[in-house]
Amino acid sequence: MITLSHYLALAGLLFVVGLFGALAKRNAVAVLMGIELMLNAVNINLVAFNRFMNPGEVTGQVFALFVIVVAAAEVAVGLAIVINLYRRRLATDVEEADWLKW
Amino acid sequence: MGIWQLLSVELLTAALGLGLLAVGLLMPGRERRGLAYVATAGLMGIAAVAWAMREAQGVVLNGYIIDPFGTYFKLLFLASAVLTCIASFDYIGRLPRGEGEFYALLVLATLGMMLVASAGELITLYLGLELMTISLCILVTYRKGDMKSAEAGLKYIILGALSSAVLLYGLSFIYGATGSTLLEDIGRVVAREGVKPLLGVGIIFVLAGFAFKMAAVPFHMWAPDVYEGAPTPITGFLSVASKAAGFAAFLRIFFGALPASHGLWAELIVALSVLSMVIGNLVAIPQKNIKRLLAYSSISQAGYLLLGVVAFSVLGVGAILYYSMIYVFANMAAFTAATAFFNEDGSDEIADFAGLARRSPLLAAVLLFSLLSLAGIPPLAGFVSKFYLFVAVIGQGYIWLALLAVLMSMVSVYYYLQVAKAMYFGEPPAGRAAVRVPLGMQVALVVCLAVLFFFGLYPTPLTGYAFNSAMVFLGQ
Repeated sequence: MITLSHYLALAGLLFVVGLFGALAKRNAVAVLMGIELMLNAVNINLVAFNRFMNPGEVTGQVFALFVIVVAAAEVAVGLAIVINLYRRRLATDVEEADWLKW
Repeated sequence: MGIWQLLSVELLTAALGLGLLAVGLLMPGRERRGLAYVATAGLMGIAAVAWAMREAQGVVLNGYIIDPFGTYFKLLFLASAVLTCIASFDYIGRLPRGEGEFYALLVLATLGMMLVASAGELITLYLGLELMTISLCILVTYRKGDMKSAEAGLKYIILGALSSAVLLYGLSFIYGATGSTLLEDIGRVVAREGVKPLLGVGIIFVLAGFAFKMAAVPFHMWAPDVYEGAPTPITGFLSVASKAAGFAAFLRIFFGALPASHGLWAELIVALSVLSMVIGNLVAIPQKNIKRLLAYSSISQAGYLLLGVVAFSVLGVGAILYYSMIYVFANMAAFTAATAFFNEDGSDEIADFAGLARRSPLLAAVLLFSLLSLAGIPPLAGFVSKFYLFVAVIGQGYIWLALLAVLMSMVSVYYYLQVAKAMYFGEPPAGRAAVRVPLGMQVALVVCLAVLFFFGLYPTPLTGYAFNSAMVFLGQ
């Protein structure tokens, strides 16, 4: 029997994997993919809470839809910025973006 | 009042933003200059509408709250957007292309902040926050040929998206624990059932997400890099308006909906505040770049603003409102002066400000007084705003915190005066002409100075308005 805690555990795991990817990966595109995983963890959470806590409503699912749409917009801008940087430097490595530091 | 009337400020802003975008695409390149004036005049008109609605109260579709608190913040965002427009005229006019989109994005970012300040529902709040962040991301990258700007944009989008994901994860737990996304319902459930562990986890994540938007230590790492790389007027906008939006949303959620969970996050806020004040002010000392200096100063300002949250009283909220309004004028004045200097000399280094007092007495005076106001020196308005914050925390028994804040203000005077020393006692580089300041910018700078002096000597009108708006929370 799959319960709410299974979904929450899966989402937690996915969130941590995404966070690790976002912090440890050196390629900017991979970092954005890590963030995408974190957002998907949020979606699993939202839909699971909706299904198990108030199955009569769809608020959680609507929230998840909004998250998906906004994430797409965010990635579009993010990739445009990466391309802008790549065209000038021929690298997508975040560690090479080091002009600014104290 | 009908829905249309309640939403008039947001609708007008959306219309202005989309209109600028459309017209900007249709106009030939040379004539796009006019868009700057249209944007400025439009934002001023919307500010007049918002001012007329300052007493308005109502709820649209359960989830969108129009109240004096939200309208206060809308006026604040509009004021900073107008000042940013004026500061951008020459700066953006010199870029090869893209004037139309610049002002459209600026207006849309302002719209996002307004949604954040009025949202009474989690999805609306998230959408407003993302509209603001994504628009600002593009604005930060606006100097397309400049590597620093591109890098700042990359850092802002990655860290902004990361903080949004953390915030959302927290929001999903709050939704799960209370079964609703409406702040009103959430507040009712929490007041009835107390803080469940699930809700506690959510609150911690949301707190981290907001600390990111406010640039409070230890979630501040993005701020100095992004502030340095972004176009100077946008840096000003980012440091005042996006921080204020973070505080508006924070107050709505934590004071409006979750006052019952105060015990859980009170200590965390004290820690954030202390770290921000100490690290922001100490790391600002060795900075050589004016934008970086102001970035660390703005991190420390987040620490002062958090004092109002620590106080957890109407006085504290009112002090936050008053402080952030004064902060808009002081910080925007400083960044506008820095923009005017950059337009002439192409430099942000403090060493290059040497002898500015002789090249442009106005710029030097504005920079001096706005920095002194940030430091909290009487008779400038910054003194009064800090005074209220300190009184608010002392009222809650945090005397040591107020003492630390005063001590850190002393430290800030030191690095602010370093800039003044360069401007007034340095020798101007040989052969450099006077700095030319366009008329629009002169007017904006003089208005900012007038505001700082007026509300420093006679703060009652603004404090009265701020404390009235603060009555929304905890006041009943």
